[in-house]
Amino acid sequence: MGVALVLIFFVAQVDADQGISQKIFYFHVPIALTSYVCFGTGAWKGLRLLWTGAERYDLESYTAIHQGTIFGALTLITGSIWAKASWTHWWVWSDDQLVLFLVLFLFYCAYFMLRTSIEPGSRRERISAVYALLGVALIPVSFLAIRLSKSFIHPVVFSRHGPGMTHLQFTAFCVSWAALLLLVYVMYRIELIGKRTDSELRDLREAVAA
Amino acid sequence: MSGYAADVAALARKDLRLELRAREVVPAMSVFVVATLVVFHFALPPDSGRTAAYGLLWVALVFTALLGLGRAWVPEREGGVLDGLVLAPCDRSAIWLGKSLATLAFLAVMQAVALPAFALFFAPIRGQAIVGIVLADIGICAVGSLVSAMAAAGRTRDLVLPLVFLPLAIPLIVGGIGSSVATHGSHYLLFLVLYDVLFSILSWASFEYVITE
Amino acid sequence: MIQALNIEKRYGRAWALRKVSFELGDRGFLLVTGANGSGKTTLLRLLVGLATPTRGSLAIAVPRGQVGYLGHDALVYRDLTGLENLELYGRLYRIPERRERIGMLLERFGLWEARSQRVAAYSRGMTQRLALCRALLHDPSFVVLDEPFTALDDAGANVLDQELATLAGVATVVVSTHDPARVVSLATARLALT
Repeated sequence: MGVALVLIFFVAQVDADQGISQKIFYFHVPIALTSYVCFGTGAWKGLRLLWTGAERYDLESYTAIHQGTIFGALTLITGSIWAKASWTHWWVWSDDQLVLFLVLFLFYCAYFMLRTSIEPGSRRERISAVYALLGVALIPVSFLAIRLSKSFIHPVVFSRHGPGMTHLQFTAFCVSWAALLLLVYVMYRIELIGKRTDSELRDLREAVAA
Repeated sequence: MSGYAADVAALARKDLRLELRAREVVPAMSVFVVATLVVFHFALPPDSGRTAAYGLLWVALVFTALLGLGRAWVPEREGGVLDGLVLAPCDRSAIWLGKSLATLAFLAVMQAVALPAFALFFAPIRGQAIVGIVLADIGICAVGSLVSAMAAAGRTRDLVLPLVFLPLAIPLIVGGIGSSVATHGSHYLLFLVLYDVLFSILSWASFEYVITE
Repeated sequence: MIQALNIEKRYGRAWALRKVSFELGDRGFLLVTGANGSGKTTLLRLLVGLATPTRGSLAIAVPRGQVGYLGHDALVYRDLTGLENLELYGRLYRIPERRERIGMLLERFGLWEARSQRVAAYSRGMTQRLALCRALLHDPSFVVLDEPFTALDDAGANVLDQELATLAGVATVVVSTHDPARVVSLATARLALT
């Protein structure tokens, strides 16, 4: 993480048109990609749950989606800052990625509401898993839909990456992404351990009470 | 008729019979959609063009569909019937397909009221737009029957269903509006077909898990 | 035919069933007794496959279509008539000579006159009779009845007594009740839940 910060702020060249604000690119895009990885993991664990019926996948799927949603919110925030810096508005509908994240963020917020409204048990595990699977189908379909919608909402399409990245910029980008993946993995493990301890504690307390 | 098709037909016919007898959902949806269109007349500034009206038509259609989907599993819930259907030896996906087909019929009746009303109040509707609406209906019913069964398992079903359904319906709205507005909208129709196929397969395969433990 | 070893079921944080073990052979008749909240309904739902145990192992060698289940709810549509409900289930269970079978059951449970009324207009006892018809419609080889005498009048209870007597020794039967005196003579095994 530290290496990534150094690379981002001191090593990678400052972008010619966008200046210092372009630095947020090294956060925004890796955060977004990390978020996809989380949603993908959540769906994969969901599929494993439906396949094997093993209870532990439920918590793993839930935790992955929880982390994904946190990173999704961060994507929205960093994207919004970037939009302000680049296009002087806090929100632009022309950024596909940002709009997609808004849709996904809403979709996964509903995941938590649906999940909390169902009594814990195998029914909830299964419904959550199916929901996680719907999510990964929704990501590409929504992306395609947003691209399609531009032709009647915003006729002008502009490319974000422009002339592409230099090697050094690309290295900084990759290191940053790797750092974020490591971070999300650590957060995922911590949350998982916390949740597991919580449920074990509850079982123990019940056993003591009984 | 093969066994699967016979099960689906029996289940869908049961829903139609229930609706014919109680006359709850379809009249409510039809009145609601016309009322929404009237509200839009007042909500739209006088100088906004036809394109805005087409957009609002889709808002009306999706929200009205949501009204129907919220009621989709109510008859099953009342007598615990879903348990009975789960125990029956038929394939569980037939339960989903029967419900989707019945909901599709309800939407068709509602739209038979809504579209002439829209043409009368706002702007004419082209053949391509109707194809778009039919394709979107298929997607709405396929996904909607699944997620309303999911929402029905919880305590706050009426609250959760719109939250779950709307993000899933956004691609349908995009495809639908595209096909209503664009002059050459075949790629929008293609996109709707893609959505229908993908989500129908997904819903068909996963429905069993939603209603069993 | 049924082997249950230390099965447990938890709903949310509450345990509905703790460590139940028993075996029931083919054509056995198990009587399940226990106070309210002791887990009778939960156990029966596990046996028919409407729920899965949280822990423990449960093996049941019956295909889904051979299970006849009477639950707390009648599992029928309130806005369909008694006949329409049975017709629907008859189709789903692919019962040969459906009409005859349905007519015979409705006759036997005294619902023939009321067959064309909506279930919503039935009394509780009539709904229970219809639920019994539904449970026995496909001539199941594994019959699971949860408090079958609930809401039945004397005549209805007598019909059910006869039904149970014919089922005993032909099908595998599990009956839960808080009033065991009625069926105890038929039972080959008893399970008391606490």
